[in-house]
Amino acid sequence: MMKLLNKRNIILILILLAVVFPFINQNQYYLHILTLAFIWTIAVYGLNLLAGFTGYLSLAHGGFFAIGAYGLGLLTVKGGLGFWLSFLLAPLITMAIGLVIGLFALRTKEHFFAIYTLCVGYIIYLVIDKWESLTEGVRGLIGIPAPEPIGPITFTTPIAQYYLTLVIFLLVVLIIYRIVHSLTGRTFIAIRNSEELALSLGISTKKNKLLSFVLSTFFAGLAGAMYAGFIRFIGPEIAYTTITFDLLTYMIVGGIGTLAGPIVGTFLILILSQNLQFLQDYRMLIFGPLLTLLIIFSPRGIVGFILLHYSNWKTKKRMTIPKDQVKEG
Amino acid sequence: MELLLQQLFNGLTIGSVYSLVALGLTLVYGILHIPNFAHGALYMVGGYITLMMMTNAGLHYVLAIVVSIIVVGLLSVLMERLVFHPLRDSPPIQDKVAAIGILLFLEALAQLLWGADYRQMPTPFGEVVNVFGLTLTLQRIIIVAAAIAVMIFLYWFLKKTFIGSTIIAMAQNREGAALVGINTNKVAILTFFIAGALAAIGASLTSPINLVFPGMGHLVILKAFVIIIIGGMGSIPGAILGGYILGFTESIGATYISSDYKDIIAFVLLIIILSAKPQGIFSKGGA
Repeated sequence: MMKLLNKRNIILILILLAVVFPFINQNQYYLHILTLAFIWTIAVYGLNLLAGFTGYLSLAHGGFFAIGAYGLGLLTVKGGLGFWLSFLLAPLITMAIGLVIGLFALRTKEHFFAIYTLCVGYIIYLVIDKWESLTEGVRGLIGIPAPEPIGPITFTTPIAQYYLTLVIFLLVVLIIYRIVHSLTGRTFIAIRNSEELALSLGISTKKNKLLSFVLSTFFAGLAGAMYAGFIRFIGPEIAYTTITFDLLTYMIVGGIGTLAGPIVGTFLILILSQNLQFLQDYRMLIFGPLLTLLIIFSPRGIVGFILLHYSNWKTKKRMTIPKDQVKEG
Repeated sequence: MELLLQQLFNGLTIGSVYSLVALGLTLVYGILHIPNFAHGALYMVGGYITLMMMTNAGLHYVLAIVVSIIVVGLLSVLMERLVFHPLRDSPPIQDKVAAIGILLFLEALAQLLWGADYRQMPTPFGEVVNVFGLTLTLQRIIIVAAAIAVMIFLYWFLKKTFIGSTIIAMAQNREGAALVGINTNKVAILTFFIAGALAAIGASLTSPINLVFPGMGHLVILKAFVIIIIGGMGSIPGAILGGYILGFTESIGATYISSDYKDIIAFVLLIIILSAKPQGIFSKGGA
């Protein structure tokens, strides 16, 4: 039984579930929520790469998400470019802006970095909100086109969009997995654990921090572009700190610095808040204290909690086996 | 010339409130090295308590402020006991997240209890007075006068009283303070109470000329962070000076540059400062 429940099989089962979900479920609304959850998870992965694995808490993530969304929106609506070209360009633009901001932001550390990025996020929001001739301000950007068909595949139905999102989502998870388990990922973790030590080991912390920052903005921009292509209407409120704090909540609840954390946190909270519809405006009454309690009692979130107890259980088992053998012998 | 004078006085009013909020933030940072993101929520709660005491309980404005000071001060202490105290030895990222959790909770709570709409706070000091040819509302004069009085009192308290100097001692050196027999827990509680009280005073003073709503703390707290970075994290004169610098820059910027972008001034200022000097100006040798 335990053999069947190993890591690879669980992942395969989950993917299979995600693939057959539209056939089991006839409710369009759930499909919509699930598609959104995939998109948010991608943004959370970006945040997790920087905050969880590199140890730099960026509070400008909502802003970068909005840059990606507005990038796609403006290129298609005002620039007249095709969807896929814009979809490719939007995350790259976000990355370029992230590179410039990262160059300055990463000169600061810890609290200063958090405050700096919080201010950057606010500036992004204000610029989007006030620059009416470009972004239409509070009216928002309307009429973003749906993805154009690739060959015979069209993306007009919700099911097709669900699969498109799922494919990109799985790709992102794979890429994140590869990054975290590569030398670069180990370098990030080394920086998180001790920047001085990493530096003394000959790691260029500056270069690697910048790489982590730029990668994180890439995923934020990608998620933003997907959001704009899916919802097809965007307003300046997607750049507000609320979004950053939402993303942060998903990450902390799921488990900061873990691979499964962003998925667990995002899906759990989104599904919970759907079932607690009456809570919509007040959901933070529950999730705010949850965030604080988790950070006090289980700083690595739900996934961290499970991993800890799982490994405790495993070591306990290993410890007890020799004892039994001694008795028998 | 008259416009400039008028704007300078506006700057003085805004700056007074900024200084009060920044003072609380810098005191807490000074002794515990926590950037308290929930401070803006305390500010918001302070505004609401005063408003509710006036409209529902029918108290006088000044009495309502006193109630607000006590309630917010105790709330701030509760926060320290329940959240920051257990987290005192954990990595800095956790304090920040915990503070954000409190912020989100208090905002949602305010929205649940008092609704999301913008509310006006009445003031008994509504009349208009003429001073040196400037038309000023009495409320604005009271803001400036009260804020300066509070700051002078705080300065006296910290410098001249025994209890006050324990706060300074702990800010200078935590272990050293503990060694000479200062109860660091008591000092932390006291500091959080003062910080909450300052936030309540700031919010209650400014609410009659602004509005009371659940998100009223967002911009103020961000600007307070800008101020304490400009003035040096943990520095008390720095927070006061920084508050007034920002107040003047904003009111003059709003008149002569663009009122749409007046809120951006603070952040651009901060970005420039931190880009040039990552530890902030006037920093006392590292954070």
